[in-house]
Amino acid sequence: MGMTISQKIIADKSGKASVKPGEIVLADIDLAFANDITAPISIDFVKKLDADVFDKSKIALIPDHFTPNKDINSANQCKIMRDFVKSSDLPNYWETGEVGIEHALLPEQGYIKPGMLIVGADSHTCTHGALGAFSTGMGSTDVGFAFATGKSWLRVPEAIKFVYKGKRNKWVGGKDLILYTIGKIGVAGALYKSMEFSGDTIRELPMEDRLTMCNMAVEAGAKNGIIEPDDVTSVYLEERGVTKKDYTVYKSDEDAVYSNVEDIDAANIEPQIAMPHLPENVCGISDIKDDIKIDQAFIGSCTNGRISDLREAAKVLKNNKAAKYVRLIIIPATVDIYKQALKEGLFDIFLEAGAVISTPTCGPCLGGYMGILADDEVAISTSNRNFVGRMGSKKSFIYLSSPAVAAASAVAGKIISPDEVIK
Amino acid sequence: MKFKGKGWVYGDNVDTDVIIPARYLNTSDEKELAKHCMEDIDENFIKKIKKGDIIVAKDNFGSGSSREHAPIAIKASGISCVIAKSFARIFYRNSFNMGLPIFESAEAADGIKDGDEIEVDADSGEIRNLTAGEVYIATPIPDFMQALIESGGLFGYAKKILNK
Repeated sequence: MGMTISQKIIADKSGKASVKPGEIVLADIDLAFANDITAPISIDFVKKLDADVFDKSKIALIPDHFTPNKDINSANQCKIMRDFVKSSDLPNYWETGEVGIEHALLPEQGYIKPGMLIVGADSHTCTHGALGAFSTGMGSTDVGFAFATGKSWLRVPEAIKFVYKGKRNKWVGGKDLILYTIGKIGVAGALYKSMEFSGDTIRELPMEDRLTMCNMAVEAGAKNGIIEPDDVTSVYLEERGVTKKDYTVYKSDEDAVYSNVEDIDAANIEPQIAMPHLPENVCGISDIKDDIKIDQAFIGSCTNGRISDLREAAKVLKNNKAAKYVRLIIIPATVDIYKQALKEGLFDIFLEAGAVISTPTCGPCLGGYMGILADDEVAISTSNRNFVGRMGSKKSFIYLSSPAVAAASAVAGKIISPDEVIK
Repeated sequence: MKFKGKGWVYGDNVDTDVIIPARYLNTSDEKELAKHCMEDIDENFIKKIKKGDIIVAKDNFGSGSSREHAPIAIKASGISCVIAKSFARIFYRNSFNMGLPIFESAEAADGIKDGDEIEVDADSGEIRNLTAGEVYIATPIPDFMQALIESGGLFGYAKKILNK
């Protein structure tokens, strides 16, 4: 019986010729990481074991959620992390001023390579499957276990194969493809499974859009999202000094068994919106008939805070202004993205549009800080979750979209297609 | 081991943001987290529950964020165990790692009404609804998870691997 790309990586990393779905294996880890919220518990686990980290080069600690620190408690959490980095002399740590959102920073800096097995104490660790790695989110203790032993137990997942065909429409990117897919299968539609994204549309899709797609696999309950490496992957890696001899490319066997194959006609997909309070409550932008007035538009997060996202937003915001009383918050996901956006003049466009631009942080995506919603307020956000209370008050409402739709909505003061702003 | 208490019933997709909102994630202190457990889905939760009570939910309980603070908050609140039709993947692992007992049972999730007296026999997987006079059976825990619990959880397992 053939194996999927995810199963093949797990088999190799656990020293087995083959694995079957449902089997539990102990696999070797190529990279384990945690952030300022999750790391303190992982560190505590390692300390209680009286152990050292298994391999300094294979661990990363990334203070991105509540940094620059928003209050005394979060400053103390970061201090636990920083003290551990100092005492263990860990190389892969980024201080405020260097740090970015973990799932944007790690691929950008060339830490993610095809064929790796990655665990992270953050649910959006599934992002890194875009480069053909097996990458999955876990809790702090599981990641603490990986820090100390270099291993993690894994239940070998079944997989759903998604085959996207056709040319994408104007303003349709990775965010729209994944929202459409979650709308189709539901928030538990891929529970415990791999989501394998394939087809002509994916082959034409830029890496940043692929990262966005894999990022939201967890929103369908998946263990990982993954895309087979191709020329787009190798070019992205070469730009980061990673050459083909540095990694192993895995591909699904011709006779790999899938629990389901979903064919999706990408040519029929328009910009998508996920309505409150679940990422599966998806509709096309043309289905929004009533005026949905917004109080805030947020462009950023590990889902859509990359340079291509900011360029897309700038295209819509150029020579436009956010509507009266709408707070437009733009957060480049990493320092390099911040610098690039500045260099390209995107900040001028954003500032002219009345946006506020923050240093890299997860901030408002999870209702941390830098844009909390009040009772009864409505936001459009390029992030990944629109759960009750996710961005602030439990009486607030979050709509998820692409950067183009969020930017257009900021200008109109209501949820609207970018085509209505750029005529 | 047996658990006994009132069952408090919730729906599908109870996510970790409502179990413990991110505004409280600037600490890992279990007592502090417990104060805000389930706050955004049921603001009276902490007031109404008694030690030993049980959370009952439908599909995909614990979806969303990987925060271990969610099972920590539930356990520290005094809840003895969670029964659901299904659990989100990361929450499932985290519960074992945090020592929060969880039971998968669709019939229990459908049969239990808010406030029913429930008794759970963790060894046999039998869930008794004392109010309705019904008995449900939970899906057995996978052998590996059982062995993991018996070897002292992930901590014991790590010690074994490291020969400590």
